[in-house]
Amino acid sequence: MEAKRFPYQLVKTNTPPLWMRPLIPALILLTTFLITAGLILTAQVNPFQAYYYFLISPLSSQVSFLELLVKAIPLMLTGVAVTFAFATGYYNIGAEGQLYAGAIAAAWLGIVLGGLPPFLAIPLMIIGGFMAGMAWALIPALLKVRLAVDEVVTTLLMNSIMAYIVSALLNGPWRDPISGWPQSPEIAESTMFFKLIPRSRLHFGFIVGLVAIAVLWYVMTQTSFGLKMRAVGLGKTAAQFAGINVGRTTLIAALISGGIAGIAGVSEVAGIQYHLIGDLSAHYGYTGVIIATLGGLNAIGVFVASLFFGLIDTGAQTVSRAMGVPVYLGEFTQAVMLLVALGMYLLQRYRIVRRV
Amino acid sequence: MFIVKMQSITKRFGDVIANDHVNFQLKKGEVHALLGENGAGKTTLMRILYGLYHPDSGVIKVKEQPVVIHSPKDAIQLGIGMVTQHFALVPPLTVAENVVLGYQNSFVLNQTQIEESVAEAARRFGIEINPRAIVRHLSVGQRQRVEILKALYRNAEVLILDEPTAVLIPQEVDALFETLEHLKQEGLSVIFISHKLHEVTQITDRVTVLRDGKVVGTVNTADVTQKELAAMMVGREAFGVSRPDTAASAQKPVLELVNLCANDDKHLPVLKNVSLTVYEGEILGIAGVGGNGQKELAETICGVRQPTAGKIMVEGQDVTGKSPSELTKAGLGRIPEDRHEGLVQQLTVTENIVLEHLDEFTRNGVLDHKAIRHYANELIQQFQIKAKPNDLTRTLSGGNMQKVLLARVLSRQPKVIIAPQPTRGLDISATDYVRQQLLEQRQRGAAILLISEDLDEILALSDRIAVIYEGEIVGTLPAAEATPERLGLLMSGAVKEH
Amino acid sequence: MEVFLVNLIAATFRVSTPIVLAAIGETYSERAGILNLGIEGIMYFGAFVGFFVADKSGSLWLGLLIAILSGVLFGLLMGFFTVTLGVNQHVSGLGITLLLTGLTLYVFRLFYGGRTVPPSIPSFQTLKILPDNPILGPILSQYWLTYVTFLLIVPLAWWILYRTNFGLKIRSVGENPEAVDAAGISVPAVRYAALAIGGGLMAAGGAFLSLFQLGAFTHGIISGRGWVAIAIVIFGNWHPIRVMLGGLIFGGTFALQLRLQAMGLQLPIPYETFLALPYVVTIIALVIAGRNASYPAALLKPYRRE
Repeated sequence: MEAKRFPYQLVKTNTPPLWMRPLIPALILLTTFLITAGLILTAQVNPFQAYYYFLISPLSSQVSFLELLVKAIPLMLTGVAVTFAFATGYYNIGAEGQLYAGAIAAAWLGIVLGGLPPFLAIPLMIIGGFMAGMAWALIPALLKVRLAVDEVVTTLLMNSIMAYIVSALLNGPWRDPISGWPQSPEIAESTMFFKLIPRSRLHFGFIVGLVAIAVLWYVMTQTSFGLKMRAVGLGKTAAQFAGINVGRTTLIAALISGGIAGIAGVSEVAGIQYHLIGDLSAHYGYTGVIIATLGGLNAIGVFVASLFFGLIDTGAQTVSRAMGVPVYLGEFTQAVMLLVALGMYLLQRYRIVRRV
Repeated sequence: MFIVKMQSITKRFGDVIANDHVNFQLKKGEVHALLGENGAGKTTLMRILYGLYHPDSGVIKVKEQPVVIHSPKDAIQLGIGMVTQHFALVPPLTVAENVVLGYQNSFVLNQTQIEESVAEAARRFGIEINPRAIVRHLSVGQRQRVEILKALYRNAEVLILDEPTAVLIPQEVDALFETLEHLKQEGLSVIFISHKLHEVTQITDRVTVLRDGKVVGTVNTADVTQKELAAMMVGREAFGVSRPDTAASAQKPVLELVNLCANDDKHLPVLKNVSLTVYEGEILGIAGVGGNGQKELAETICGVRQPTAGKIMVEGQDVTGKSPSELTKAGLGRIPEDRHEGLVQQLTVTENIVLEHLDEFTRNGVLDHKAIRHYANELIQQFQIKAKPNDLTRTLSGGNMQKVLLARVLSRQPKVIIAPQPTRGLDISATDYVRQQLLEQRQRGAAILLISEDLDEILALSDRIAVIYEGEIVGTLPAAEATPERLGLLMSGAVKEH
Repeated sequence: MEVFLVNLIAATFRVSTPIVLAAIGETYSERAGILNLGIEGIMYFGAFVGFFVADKSGSLWLGLLIAILSGVLFGLLMGFFTVTLGVNQHVSGLGITLLLTGLTLYVFRLFYGGRTVPPSIPSFQTLKILPDNPILGPILSQYWLTYVTFLLIVPLAWWILYRTNFGLKIRSVGENPEAVDAAGISVPAVRYAALAIGGGLMAAGGAFLSLFQLGAFTHGIISGRGWVAIAIVIFGNWHPIRVMLGGLIFGGTFALQLRLQAMGLQLPIPYETFLALPYVVTIIALVIAGRNASYPAALLKPYRRE
């Protein structure tokens, strides 16, 4: 395999030409929707009409707008969780498992705390979920910090193990005794996340999500720990030279990340399902990685990205009902958007130059 | 017969003239040394010969034929091979696999066949190596032999060795020299880049001395003394010291290193019983050719590398093995050697400035942005940093990056300043600025440890000069007594004054 | 008891086939320095595309072929992001998995939506060798792809990696790309090739499930086997033969707990413990290997010539 002299090569430029920068998000959206239009055409359906149902109509009615917000909740939380980790250079792919850890805690506490009034029970649920998520994140984090074991694979493996734990619980001690369904007993009413708008699905979790975003913003921009996190993530050697304890910073960030993912689990149990079920999470942990990346690892970005993805999820359901386009259009669009964005952000740092 | 002729080779990098009309001839069957300090142009010249750089002007002739060498592939085809200090080996593979990598056209890799073929080549050239050994398990000396074998396997007739003994222990050096003798007998011609006089005089037939990109002279090794070579290597027109002549002030020791020992990344000793004292209000310059332990010395004092023995004391207080933040608090001003690694490129100038002292700007975990802004603005003005506070550090020029580091360190009025290679890669005005800052700090009474591979810099700034060679301090002298001869002998290991 | 053991062994080979195929594919990819988290998606898409093409064209062979080609294509796509653009490998891989999962489900729903029973086709049949022998009969009654996987692909994978120049280049590129570049070999070309081979094998693993074992495509047809393959690659120390053994262990464990469940055995510990055990062991293996892990040294690092 000789070094073939491809006539063009990519040459790195330090800063992209200024005119490119505002164009990039627009280009990303345009390219994404062009590709998705291709897929829509295979359903033999008019793409423009489909796009109306996909992107516009969810915003037009109150019901669907609220649904958008509901769908955004777990994404906000896992997005924030992953951002904490990624910003520190810790690649936590285990948000999915940490979410379920929190969900297990919620399902259990939801029974145990039944006697308490909501203003006590709900915060305790959240704290319990946070601790459970943190606990599940602990082992990979310690292995990384003490033994330099790569966290990507360990957190991924922990996801699989957690899936089996959930299955064991739901098929065993937590199987519904009456129906035989693999779902945990319903949690007590006082532990359920109350509805923000009556007779809608929008629950307290949305507030929790907003708080998480606010906390992310605050920590990253206003606290010294946040600056340390970013320094470690962007320049480990320099951070160490400047006296920052890299191991400790990474460990704390990893634990916070796990904890917030755990809260996402609590939110799904206490706000939507009221039981622990096997399908609690529609890959929220993995989508959190997309949200964090597209959001540029900052609070505002994560917020916008989660709302946008909420829109896509809701819109996919709308266009599915209205035009028979399969609902998975949503997942597809989200993945395309990520890949296109990755490609564009990197392409803008390069120019194509004729090889001398 | 001259197997290689390089005629009037000139190469510029920006403003710097790395090779200035250099003439170099290599006789067939000789071992020829290229001698000089850092920046003399030796490596540049050889990289041109090996096709890694293209000369701006000049002619290269191989076996009397003018040639153009576009890339290492061309060089290899002309029979020129190069062994650098960074080995291009794949550790989990065997010696044989490493040697044949990229040289075989067949699809099948017959292990027995390549092992035999490599063993035969090794025998022929007198290189002792086991083709079936896994490179990961080999010592540095053995790995170097693999690199040499790679070049020979590709039918090299000219072998360029860039500072080959820099990574070897003494026994391995002897083994290398034996190999070179054998290669000479096989008719190979060797170019030996070095700054170590005793090796040069031991193994070579002729020596070409370079200084500041120019050839000072080419001599037969037998006809010249070490002193003469040292003078050629280091001699300058203006050998004065251009520093305000203040007599040694209060002789208060501020930084003391006592028998400091440390290992490098391969767990081999790289600092051997280094003892130094830096006094208040003086600049002690550590002179030496790069690769003699300077990097590790700076790392050890700055808390990035743990010493294996010995002590570091600041004003009598033992700070050995303390963490970077504790060292800063003890009054040690640490400037990182590599500004690209010492600054977080993707953070703003302001953030990098305060990164070392976050505690001072934090109340209850919260950053006091107003105070930080104020502080940063002050420093930007004071140190003339051409950047806005919120600029990303990576957009700054090298000089301004260095100013950020200086601002961060010097604004604290440290008692001791460690300045390793402070002006490396900087343009003239930035270099002057940095040196001026160091002199001002000296005036202020700080004790400054200047580590530099640029001898001019050492001479311009230091009150006293200590020379480091192979991890030891081989001599300390007041600047006034630094003659080219004396420094040259110390820097090239010919003499040890302890 | 013998019947149980014989059936277990037979099932082990069957169940391990897709995992071993995918893991060998991932081995090539990681040996070249790329962690391909797109494996789950490529398996999923391969399973579907194989099934879809077989269903519409009537040819199982065509289905298998197209599935493999799709794997090659997406392996190359992974290469585009990680090798040419230098994008973070975890995010690209996950992106591809999510892309392919979404795409698969979309097309599946489009063409087969609304059925209560998953669509099926007549699958490849197992080969009946020595059908009357009580012991060898069941064990040797495997699909041809299973035979090919264990008797051809795994040894071939080993041979190519260790006994050819191509394999030498792959091993080198994952350890020290600078050395490879210095030897005049194109680092990107080698990595693209490894990813293409990897992708093809992963997709074949997926297609095994739909075209051989099940003769159908279901939502959860892969459900995590891609991640299992990643664990096995580490477990097997990036060595094709050991990876195969790891795959057999995982497959055997899976087959065992299925049988125990089917027998209605009540064990004091839940069946999931068996399933989770190999993952736990892999984590422990990672810890023990620790700093000396034979991780391909250049894994996860994009290569840029300075």
